[in-house]
Amino acid sequence: MAAHLKKRVYEEFSHSKVVQIPQEEAPAKKLRLSKPSKSAALHIDLCKATNSTDALQYLLQFARKPVEVESVEGVVRILLEHYYKETDNSVRLKIASLLSLLSKTQGFIPDCIVDDAINTLTNEKSHQVLAQLLDTLLVIGTQLPESPTVRQRLIEVACKHLSDTYFGVRNKCLQLLGCLGTVDTPLSKDSEGPSTSIAPGAVRDVQSIISDYFGDQESRVRTAALKAMLQLHERGMKIHQIIYEQACRLLSDDYEQVRSAAVQMVWVLSHLYSESIVPIPSSNEEIRLVDDAFGKISHMVSDGSWMVRVQAAKTLGLMTQVSPQFLEQTLDKKLMSDLRRKRTAHERAKELFASGEFSSGRKWADDAPKERLDSNTVALIASGACGAFVHGLEDEMFEVRIAAVDALCQLARSSTSFAEKCLDFLVDMFNDEIEEVRLQSIHVLRQISTHITLREDQLDTVLAVLEDKSRDIREALHELLCFTNVSTKECIQLALLELLKNLNKYPTDRNSVWKCLKFMGSRHPTLVLPLVSELLSTHPYFDTPEPDMDDPAYIAVLVLVFNAAKSCPTMPALFSDHTFRHYAYLRDSLSHLVPPLRLPGRKQIYGLDSVDSGGGSGSVESAQLFLVQSLNRVSTIQNLEATGAQDLLDFTIRDLQRLGELQTELVGAAEFCATYLRCQLLLMKALQDKLWNMAVPLCLKQNVTATAAAQQILEETYKLEFLYSGLENRQVATIHHVRLQAKALQLILTARTRQGLDPLISSCEKFLLDVESFQRLFLTELPHLQDSFVDKLLELMPRLSSCKPAELVKILQTTLRQSGLLQLKLPEQIHRATATIIEPTGESDNPLRFTSGLVVALDIDATLEHVQDPQTSVKVQVLYPDGQSHVIHPKPGDFRRPGPDRHRLITQVYLSHTAWTEPSQIEVRLLLAYSSSCTSFSSSAAKQGWSDSIDGLPPPEAAVEGTIQFSKPVKVFIMPKPTRR
Amino acid sequence: MPEIKVTPLGAGQDVGRSCILVSIGGKNIMLDCGMHMGYNDDRRFPDFSYITQNGRLTEFLDCVIISHFHLDHCGALPFMSEMVGYDGPIYMTHPTKAICPILLEDFRKITVDKKGETNFFTSQMIKDCMKKVVPLNLHQTVQVDDELEIKAYYAGHVLGAAMVQIKVGSESVVYTGDYNMTPDRHLGAAWIDKCRPDMLITESTYATTIRDSKRCRERDFLKKVHESIERGGKVLIPVFALGRAQELCILLETFWERMNLKAPIYFSTGLTEKANHYYKLFITWTNQKIRKTFVQRNMFEFKHIKPFDRSFIDNPGPMVVFATPGMLHAGLSLQIFKKWAGNEKNMVIMPGYCVQGTIGHKILNGQRKLEMEGRSTLEVKMQVEYMSFSAHADAKGIMQLIRMAEPRNVLLVHGEAAKMGFLKGKIEQEFSIDCYMPANGETVSVTTNPSVPVDISLNLLKREMALGGPLPDPKKPRTMHGTLIMKENSLKLVSSEQALKELGLNEHQLRFTCRVQLQDPHSDPDTLHRIYTHLKSVLKGYTIQHLPDGTVMVESIVIKVSSSAEDTNTKVLLLSWSYQDEELGSFLSTLLKKGLPAGIC
Repeated sequence: MAAHLKKRVYEEFSHSKVVQIPQEEAPAKKLRLSKPSKSAALHIDLCKATNSTDALQYLLQFARKPVEVESVEGVVRILLEHYYKETDNSVRLKIASLLSLLSKTQGFIPDCIVDDAINTLTNEKSHQVLAQLLDTLLVIGTQLPESPTVRQRLIEVACKHLSDTYFGVRNKCLQLLGCLGTVDTPLSKDSEGPSTSIAPGAVRDVQSIISDYFGDQESRVRTAALKAMLQLHERGMKIHQIIYEQACRLLSDDYEQVRSAAVQMVWVLSHLYSESIVPIPSSNEEIRLVDDAFGKISHMVSDGSWMVRVQAAKTLGLMTQVSPQFLEQTLDKKLMSDLRRKRTAHERAKELFASGEFSSGRKWADDAPKERLDSNTVALIASGACGAFVHGLEDEMFEVRIAAVDALCQLARSSTSFAEKCLDFLVDMFNDEIEEVRLQSIHVLRQISTHITLREDQLDTVLAVLEDKSRDIREALHELLCFTNVSTKECIQLALLELLKNLNKYPTDRNSVWKCLKFMGSRHPTLVLPLVSELLSTHPYFDTPEPDMDDPAYIAVLVLVFNAAKSCPTMPALFSDHTFRHYAYLRDSLSHLVPPLRLPGRKQIYGLDSVDSGGGSGSVESAQLFLVQSLNRVSTIQNLEATGAQDLLDFTIRDLQRLGELQTELVGAAEFCATYLRCQLLLMKALQDKLWNMAVPLCLKQNVTATAAAQQILEETYKLEFLYSGLENRQVATIHHVRLQAKALQLILTARTRQGLDPLISSCEKFLLDVESFQRLFLTELPHLQDSFVDKLLELMPRLSSCKPAELVKILQTTLRQSGLLQLKLPEQIHRATATIIEPTGESDNPLRFTSGLVVALDIDATLEHVQDPQTSVKVQVLYPDGQSHVIHPKPGDFRRPGPDRHRLITQVYLSHTAWTEPSQIEVRLLLAYSSSCTSFSSSAAKQGWSDSIDGLPPPEAAVEGTIQFSKPVKVFIMPKPTRR
Repeated sequence: MPEIKVTPLGAGQDVGRSCILVSIGGKNIMLDCGMHMGYNDDRRFPDFSYITQNGRLTEFLDCVIISHFHLDHCGALPFMSEMVGYDGPIYMTHPTKAICPILLEDFRKITVDKKGETNFFTSQMIKDCMKKVVPLNLHQTVQVDDELEIKAYYAGHVLGAAMVQIKVGSESVVYTGDYNMTPDRHLGAAWIDKCRPDMLITESTYATTIRDSKRCRERDFLKKVHESIERGGKVLIPVFALGRAQELCILLETFWERMNLKAPIYFSTGLTEKANHYYKLFITWTNQKIRKTFVQRNMFEFKHIKPFDRSFIDNPGPMVVFATPGMLHAGLSLQIFKKWAGNEKNMVIMPGYCVQGTIGHKILNGQRKLEMEGRSTLEVKMQVEYMSFSAHADAKGIMQLIRMAEPRNVLLVHGEAAKMGFLKGKIEQEFSIDCYMPANGETVSVTTNPSVPVDISLNLLKREMALGGPLPDPKKPRTMHGTLIMKENSLKLVSSEQALKELGLNEHQLRFTCRVQLQDPHSDPDTLHRIYTHLKSVLKGYTIQHLPDGTVMVESIVIKVSSSAEDTNTKVLLLSWSYQDEELGSFLSTLLKKGLPAGIC
């Protein structure tokens, strides 16, 4: 086997362009054992079958196992043979479905069975089987996207069967047309059924054929026709504008799935032809198509079926090109005239309502009939966008309400005036009965908050929600307040008051409230200024008592004031002495909340603060420049002596680390570079000349350090790969390259220290496999890796794969030592995943007491930043003093997402232990789990078993599962008491 | 022509005393049987003598349907069934059936025990009446008899309120009862499918109102209550025991919980406790939120709301009291109102509609001095607020329902005449369908065009299909030949041969013959040939044969030529065709009368 593998690797590399084959070959090889029996067994089984139930059983059994690529065609032939013999419909149906399953087999190119499959159609009588056969053709067609002849033939087949009486057949035909049809290939009339009444020879295209079935008597066929048209659109065909009218008609279909599909269709067309003009029926005026479509879809928000309503509400959010006057109608329930006409009509209608044609129901008897206004001037209750959102937001189903809130958000983000208008409605949603909706509307308000300024009454309503019982709601609201602009100082005072109330009621909200006040202060310095003396309760003549420094409410006030003072230099003059002292204290203890201030009479603390306070875009740019320069400097390392090189690396690493501390925007990039360079440094040290020139027994100690270094490099590479987000393929390749070097180093060290050939052979093979998989994964990156370790290795590959282990090690050793440093290219955006455990704080001296053998729940609250897919990767580790450790996987529901790239983990872990005599500390930390098989850059080889029941074949390279600690451990005092008897 | 006749006995251009008679397809149905709040004399019940002067109603009515349990929709039911006399089925939904007797009993107690009326229905009569009730489920089609079927749809409004579709053959009427198109805190919105009835009978209480967003109203309400409580005032909310009361309770309960308020909320007991029990029970009839959360906690198990005792009226300090009845015309709410009216800190919130003549109506219209019984006057200093919490559809909701159901005619009931007129205009203009608004006792009849189902023999269909294209086009009518047999109440379309066979008759052939004179100098066979070629050129697509026996056959038409005795140049053509080919035959005869064109050899 080993020799065989080597040979294969050799073959692959001797070819110039071997791309996909290895992937397919690998799984195929393992299956080859069962190959000879497969098709033959099927044949025998089917021949044995005496009745249809037996045959069905055999087929079902057969379907459970996969079929290897080579024998697919044979199996298909056998199945077809039986197909023609078979009289029972159900068996034929099963055979047809098997055919489609078989043609999905990866690597099988089904063009050889197209003809046979089409032939089967001709004599088929059963409609169900016919539909299944067409489905099979659909699968075949989608497998062969590049073959125009096959496509043409399939389309002709589809057209021929479009006139079938069974809806399923028509459905499938339409699906075929949608998936394969093209606009540019006209179809001749001959291929169509006789039902269409167009003169022979007329040339029609797929679209008009599909649109014929918009009027089919069967609702499922109508749906399929719409879906097929949407499919055409998705495949990049241009849908004709005439379809618009037909689709609009289907909006009033009797069946909900038709209406739902029609809404999508109308939306698609409104995108394609947004600027073209359509006439308004019953008047001679015209409007833009997108506006017309918007009106029609708005209408669907009050549809009878809630599925359609959800669809319509969602769709509305996507129509951002609509004209502002239409958009604003969606929030106005009363203006139900056809505002689609002209501005004058618009105003006329407004007057009518101002004069009270309809009452609001808020005041008694304001609907007493007044003199009749000319009701012909306004067509009331007309369609149009009127009140669509008012309806959507008070819909019965919360799904619709959420969709409406989302749509509001999307539209408001593209239109400032709309954002202002929808504010009241969103604020109203804060009182929804379902928490999800409330939460969603708070989030939405946060997202559009850059556009708006809250009035006092609105703020009042918003702040009322601070008393909500749900923690999620409160925190979302804090988040919202961070981004809100308010207009007056009363608002600030109100907000502060409510937040302090909130703090009092729910002390656990401390951090969140402080953070909220921090942003509020820095956002509104001028509004805070007149409030300062009141807030700090200072008096011009009298000294007021010094407030308690540990009071969270006082800290909250200080946070607000200090942040406001940052951009308001006159403010510190109002502070009293103790305020300055408190500032110094808070600046140290809560440095993330309290900004550096230029205080009069105080010497500027040099260092950190100056950089921070001088912070601006310029400094970020210069820091970026510095980063790039340091990296460039490192690239000159080749020309340096070993010691010089090491020194240079050392300095650069130090510089980068410092840079990360100073410039928070670049912390990810800086640390990434630093870690990478550290890897290089370690490698360099391990490869020092001294070590390798000595005889093996003499340098045991160095060997140990080198082994440790290799191990560390490996670990660091995993951190590099999985802890940072925003990596490009290029960086991943670089990281893998370092890992490969570390592995090579390990191999050499094993070869040197350990005697015996067997372990060496297997590790050599493993290494070669690693090289191979590297080449496969990063084929596109290989040109960038000129002159590197891998590059040289690949040149030597033919030799390597055939030579003995000892020789291999030797080659490796020289290559490794000759290879230079690989230049790191920084990606645009790079972020380090971080986690902070907020709770437990680790400050408590009171142990958590519980009876041994029972469990105690520990609340954990942590924020995660830049973690992709935390639901699967983040774990909690609990470490007991006796070395026991538990890893707990939190439930997916425990993760909240308060903002982009940010997650919040609020969960409970259960602790239990046998009795202790004294309280002791356990450690809680967060782990980031990774597995090398699913690299962040996912290899294009999407593995699919041909039947769903089969799990993916084992990945080609052994997956390395592991975890990275990415939060500081927190210590918790616990005390399991012995059980009382 | 078949007709649907609708006669409101109550609720025609009026609110209260809903009672509508419908005759459809020979069936008579009574929709609702309510009482009027504004009257205390005979006018409070519908005038059943309209149906029959004397004797029982059973033989005149096929069924009675009650849409929901409000007294203006079911208050006259025991009177009708027990005192006037009706033994047929009465249909109502399960919650209505459960709650209705409680309300009737309460109504009876007030009228008999408090006002001392005699000649009123007794408790036993209510029980007997309820025995005739047949419960309905939502969307369940109930066959009243062989032809008449009814089906209930969800209507919102109050627990168990339903809209009913009444169907006889292909004619149908939908009666909405009272309904609500916007969901509230405890009920969902009305829904109906596209049933395209011939007539939609809809309520129109808020025909000229388009209400603000629901949340806006809720916020206003809560704010008003909250402010008044903070001032130390008392808040009176007159409600009917069931319906709005529960919605407001849930609203206040959740608000109290969220804002952590301490002021007591009271609910006048009696009815309410019993009714709340049913609200807890019929969870499936409530809205999405309550349905989804009742497993954790049934929302109708209130924490902050306590039962009210009469002695609490004089308690100091702020409180909120829900008291019945809703229009301040009698009972506890009126009692409390009288006590509290003098203090300007207090507040009364009218959450719904008030019938003319009630105190509620008067104070809402701004009357500050009220004349009470016994010539005393009451000065109203307390704040009077109106919050439209009434769960009726507003103008837009009514329009929405019409659009959902797509009726051919609309009939408005349960509203004020002037407002109805406005809405009628709108409906006619918007949907271009007829809209009616009859007064009480006035009959509206609408002619319908019911389709008559006919069985068709498969052979005939297949034969027709073979003639024309494979797929029937639903949009185009197609003519076909066949014989219609009416036998024993069933209609059948069969081929004529089969009809003859079934009836045992012989087929008679009917042939027309005619002579056409033609000037033609050629010999007979030549003439015949000339005719043959001529027809060949004119009639394309027909089978034309020149038979050896000296005839030309066009389809089944025979043409013969003979020379007349006098003049050999004058040829006489004999045409003969069967009745079936009449069209072609007469065409041929006119064609040949014009003579043959010269150019034919």
